[in-house]
Amino acid sequence: MAAEFQQQAIALAKQQSVLGWLTAAREQGQSAWQSHAWPTRKTEAWRYTSLLPVENEQWQLSDAASDALPQTALSELIEIDAYRLVFVNGQLNAELSSELPATLVSFADADADQQAVIQQHLNQVADQQTHLFTALSTSLLQQGVLLHLSKNQRLEKPVYVAHINDKANAKVTNARLLIVLESGAEAQVVEHFFSTDDQDRGWINAVTECSVGANASLRHHRINLESEQALHTGSVHVALAESARFNGFTLANGSRLKRIDYHIKHLGSGSDLQLNGIYLPRHKQRVDYHTCVEHVVPHCTTTEVFRGVIADSAKAVFNGRIHIHQDAQKTLAEMSNRNLLTSDQAQVNTKPELEIYADDVRCAHGATVSQLNDEALFYMTSRGISEAEARVMLSFGFVNELVEGVELEALKQWLRPRIAHMFGQTDQLTRHIIHE
Amino acid sequence: MLTIKDLCASVEDKEIIRQLSLEVKPGEIHAIMGPNGAGKSTLGNVLSGRPGYEATSGTIDFKGLDLLDMDPEIRAREGLFLAFQYPVEIPGVSNMELLKAAVDARRSHTGQPELSAIDFMKMAREASKAVDLDQSFLKRGVNEGFSGGEKKRNEIMQMMLMEPSLCILDETDSGLDIDALQVVARGVNAMRSPDRSFIVVTHYQRLLDFIVPDYVHVLANGRIVKSGDKSLALELEAKGYSWLEDEVA
Ligand SMILES: Nc1ncnc2c1ncn2[C@@H]1O[C@H](COP(=O)(O)OP(=O)(O)OP(=O)(O)O)[C@@H](O)[C@H]1O
Ligand SMILES: [Mg+2]
Repeated sequence: MAAEFQQQAIALAKQQSVLGWLTAAREQGQSAWQSHAWPTRKTEAWRYTSLLPVENEQWQLSDAASDALPQTALSELIEIDAYRLVFVNGQLNAELSSELPATLVSFADADADQQAVIQQHLNQVADQQTHLFTALSTSLLQQGVLLHLSKNQRLEKPVYVAHINDKANAKVTNARLLIVLESGAEAQVVEHFFSTDDQDRGWINAVTECSVGANASLRHHRINLESEQALHTGSVHVALAESARFNGFTLANGSRLKRIDYHIKHLGSGSDLQLNGIYLPRHKQRVDYHTCVEHVVPHCTTTEVFRGVIADSAKAVFNGRIHIHQDAQKTLAEMSNRNLLTSDQAQVNTKPELEIYADDVRCAHGATVSQLNDEALFYMTSRGISEAEARVMLSFGFVNELVEGVELEALKQWLRPRIAHMFGQTDQLTRHIIHE
Repeated sequence: MLTIKDLCASVEDKEIIRQLSLEVKPGEIHAIMGPNGAGKSTLGNVLSGRPGYEATSGTIDFKGLDLLDMDPEIRAREGLFLAFQYPVEIPGVSNMELLKAAVDARRSHTGQPELSAIDFMKMAREASKAVDLDQSFLKRGVNEGFSGGEKKRNEIMQMMLMEPSLCILDETDSGLDIDALQVVARGVNAMRSPDRSFIVVTHYQRLLDFIVPDYVHVLANGRIVKSGDKSLALELEAKGYSWLEDEVA
């Protein structure tokens, strides 16, 4: 029998008004959702992350905020020249969104052809039998975004999808993004999640599915900066066809519950994956990244780099798996995870795993956990820099390389000060790492 | 400038500096020589306030201030600079960021106006040129992947920008080729002034041909066992240290 929360979610689904053409998908989602065994502490995938914050709440479906958004929330939108879709509590806010190209549409506005594309691709890349919260996402499917580029099509600007939680206490928001790139198409996408209030207790369940066709290229960024009381369960699912490229960047602070999964499959030979991630939990925040990369076919490459700076009594989990199937000869795969604990109470559980069933492959993985380097701290103070500022500079320095690796210049410029302020709360402490 | 009186200092409960006294007046250059393990770097570390290097007795007066009572960053802001024997690599923090933070800290401590980013950039470029480091070094991580000689030149570049009143050079000449040695010496000589002093730790008389000291001291077993003028360095070069150790014993 499904756990209490699973039934609660089904009851919520019944309250929704739904786009008729999504009904079949929702029903499949609901049956997948109910057939999942609810995780316990013994469930490997949830060993270090408790679902109690989900279970211990009477959830309501989120709705659009009735009042105007606080001005501060708007200033938190990333300043980037992009096709912009802004969702507030899960509802598309037309005022804050920009004009969209024909290739980019909210599910509610999808024409018959686009509906067909959605129906054809939904849950093809994401496996809702494996991913619990993907099944929930489909169960509650109502709003969503489709980006569909046809053969060799390139968008002039990046796509920016923002999800704002506003006074969303005890409300669950379902976010869904479906990206379908036909062969040779190219796109850049930024997904951004944040709360208007730093005590907001809303929950966002966000599923992104990307089907990247032959020779197509997707640059995808996911910025998770919700309030520390927020809940986030999210996943990014990617299928790479022959010679396709996926360049992923993910940044997250921590919160009461934050679980982000990446599941990427090399399905066509010659495909290339670069995935960079930064997690920066502090205070009592939690963050849990699970990544799984499957090499199904030969001649594909993966480079995965995750770095975390864990402060105060925060806890982080990194579980990175690279699975090299029997046929995936000539695979090149590298995964590295480095962690910096800036306090004695900070914790990380890191588990990089390689599963190799092919014999002619080159793979490497490694994980480190370290503390601030005393020698470096002294060196900096011996140059007149206060210890507090030196700590901030060293913490930032730990992730700097990955920040610099963000190719979307406007995003990089936007990120630097935000990241800096997670390490040092005053300008005095961050002024020397924020520069043009 | 600096008056050390009867200093005893230990590292991990092991006494390294024993009853050391030294007076450095403004404008003077003091060379410190001595065998490996004598305590030369330890003295530099105690002066700069490295954690773990504890003065157990004695006093150090720096420009009228009680040096031992100050945190390392305050010592630096007051104008004490140590060019490290082994500069640490700090990946992720650029040389430029470190330099700007250091110079801002020193200037604001001494009541000077902060330099604009542009003015500072100009100064930093000049300093890098003066020590013969390509400008690209300003953008690289602090000492990250620098060669031994590049690290030493980087130390001198920092010293130039921080305009300290007391410069301690710990074996800055070790591992330098002849040209780099000249570069370092030129840098130091350009900075010589009546109100700036230097303590130069070296194993090689050769450096003192370029940076001519007012005094040469021999440090052995944690204390100064002989002091003299620059001719002492020549004598050490010829005779080594054993005659001194015999003399002291
Ligand atoms: N952090 C430390 N821990 C333990 N012992 C130390 C430490 N620092 C210095 N020492 C010891 O103190 C003594 C003096 O070392 P120091 O580095 O000051 O010598 P030095 O005169 O600079 O030698 P060199 O010419 O080789 O650079 C040595 O025996 C050294 O092993
Ligand atoms: Mg030494």
